[in-house]
Amino acid sequence: MNAQPSTVFVPQDAGAEAVGAGAVARAIEAECVRLGKPVRIVRTGSRGLYWLETLVEVQTPEGRVAYGPVRDIDVRALLAGGMLDGAAHALRLGDIGKHDWLANQQRLTAARIGIVDPADLDGYLALGGYAGLSTALTLPPAEIVRIVTDSGLRGRGGAAFPTGIKWKTVHDQAAAQKYVACNADEGDSGTFSDRMLMEGDPFALIEGMTIAARAVGANRGFIYLRVEYPHAARALAKALTVARERGYLGADIRGSGFTFDITVRLGAGAYICGEETSMLESLEGRRGEVRVRPPLPAIKGLFGQPTVVNNVVTLATIPVILARGATFYRDFGMGKSRGTIPLQLAGNVKRGGLVERAFGLTVNELVYDYGGGSASGRPVRAVQIGGPLGAYLPESQFDTPLDYEALSARDALLGHGGVVVFDDTVDMARMARYALEFCAVESCGKCTPCRIGSTRGVELVDRILASANGSRAGDIALLDELCDTLANGSLCGLGGMTPFPVRSALKHFGEDFR
Amino acid sequence: MTDDAAIRRCVSVAVARLRGEPGPLLEILHSVQNEFGCLPAEAVPLIASALNLSRAEVHGVVSFYHHFRERPAGLGTLKLCRAEACQSMGADALADFTRRRLGIDFGQTTADGRVTLEAVYCLGLCACAPSAMWNGDVIGRITPRRIDEIAEGAGPPA
Repeated sequence: MNAQPSTVFVPQDAGAEAVGAGAVARAIEAECVRLGKPVRIVRTGSRGLYWLETLVEVQTPEGRVAYGPVRDIDVRALLAGGMLDGAAHALRLGDIGKHDWLANQQRLTAARIGIVDPADLDGYLALGGYAGLSTALTLPPAEIVRIVTDSGLRGRGGAAFPTGIKWKTVHDQAAAQKYVACNADEGDSGTFSDRMLMEGDPFALIEGMTIAARAVGANRGFIYLRVEYPHAARALAKALTVARERGYLGADIRGSGFTFDITVRLGAGAYICGEETSMLESLEGRRGEVRVRPPLPAIKGLFGQPTVVNNVVTLATIPVILARGATFYRDFGMGKSRGTIPLQLAGNVKRGGLVERAFGLTVNELVYDYGGGSASGRPVRAVQIGGPLGAYLPESQFDTPLDYEALSARDALLGHGGVVVFDDTVDMARMARYALEFCAVESCGKCTPCRIGSTRGVELVDRILASANGSRAGDIALLDELCDTLANGSLCGLGGMTPFPVRSALKHFGEDFR
Repeated sequence: MTDDAAIRRCVSVAVARLRGEPGPLLEILHSVQNEFGCLPAEAVPLIASALNLSRAEVHGVVSFYHHFRERPAGLGTLKLCRAEACQSMGADALADFTRRRLGIDFGQTTADGRVTLEAVYCLGLCACAPSAMWNGDVIGRITPRRIDEIAEGAGPPA
């Protein structure tokens, strides 16, 4: 008789679900029942190799063996061929950790995603989880802030502000009530690292927020989660419940006397709420209109109280810094870009997914070595880095390293680390027009350059494309001036950064505007 | 239409659940929309009075956010991603196909009330583009054929 059930890992990540992971899991279960083979299916996050999803792993005495991409209709043959014992098959990938794509990464923040059930706290602990909080609970808060400062960690949401300095500002405020607000409004096209972390390793975010709270003296945290991420909402809800039950949240965390808890609040489909002051307005139950700074949120933030506002990736990176030390983390990277960055490779690319590396990987390496070129097989023409407010780079600049300063020197930005690949069928004038149109749709309306300028910009691009040669030069100069107004006169990054895609399209792909 | 008593009950349950919580308006709006599929006009003054806000303030919040709707959607809602990563994989052509196939534009509902078509700007499925969400289920690498299936499956009322 069969004694031990076989263990099979199937991702529950939204990206895997989107290509049929749920159906694969159900097929495995049904087929195993039919064959009378006991099986335990563990739903995990995604390893981030999306072209191989649904990536199924089976536990064998020699370790985990992966198969992919598995479709539900493949399951019968796979099981008949001995998948549960790790047998050979056309879809067999072997130890996925040794796959070039993963073996050549430096996963610190995303180290645990895809390995265990995201709600399995013991699994998290077994993989080194909560070692960072254990350390933090033995340190004075100012020392935690110092370690984070020394690590060189900068905000991974896009603004790249030094995290430790932000924390120190909040730490130094004398206030009875402080907050930690996690920005999980990951709205940039081409980005999904926040989503993968929340779905695949939610305890890392919870731990990071807890350490942040301990460092600055907050007792309450909010996660502002976009409503487009229902899978993440479910994963967070489960993990928060487990963390409370096991004493990792709530009163007297792990017997330390420290109290902290986290509430998830859902956004409602407004891109602008990824801007931190707009997010605070929304958390307070208002229209997500941008606030004028100063005062900084670190001084007067949520409900008027000192508030740490950090992105999911930033907070989920805190545990490894506390567990392994500032030096360990800052030894990765180059120049002023320290540590690792979870890059997200997406769009028209053969092998898209999550690539966490020390800063310094070039666009070429990412797009060709990891990505394998375009999915369509046509020549790659451009990448957009950093979401809808990021610049387009032409192939001639693919030697640019993906770090904050190197990109800035080329009038581009890293943003939240999303890289979207376009093949040679892309019409860059259309992309520039789209950037302005997106700004018009998503503008909160508070400042004139963004509210009005975006619409005037769309009209200008239309006029440039429709006009005879005579007036075009004047209109292009006018569009450039309008970009100046947006860049210098807007209250926040939405209007202020829309010129990046517009100007880079004009500069590098001027032929598309004829 | 939804009856007044049900709306009243739903609002008061949501308000009671969030009593003492700071800034609860969006949470309350989500609760009501989850219940009725939209935010019925009758709910606005009830919420406003419970939170000591003006009706204009509540309306201002409702109208600010794309997710909140003042009228119910069709039986099914198809959200097509129209952002850059999906555009790089043909989302614009897919959007045109979908509009033709369903005979409606974005923001509209088919005449039989079966499908509402909405644009969405990023579902975070950018490595599986183009992507969509059909009644809460995510779909990656969506094809015209899948749109056909949705249109047919959601087809005319029996």
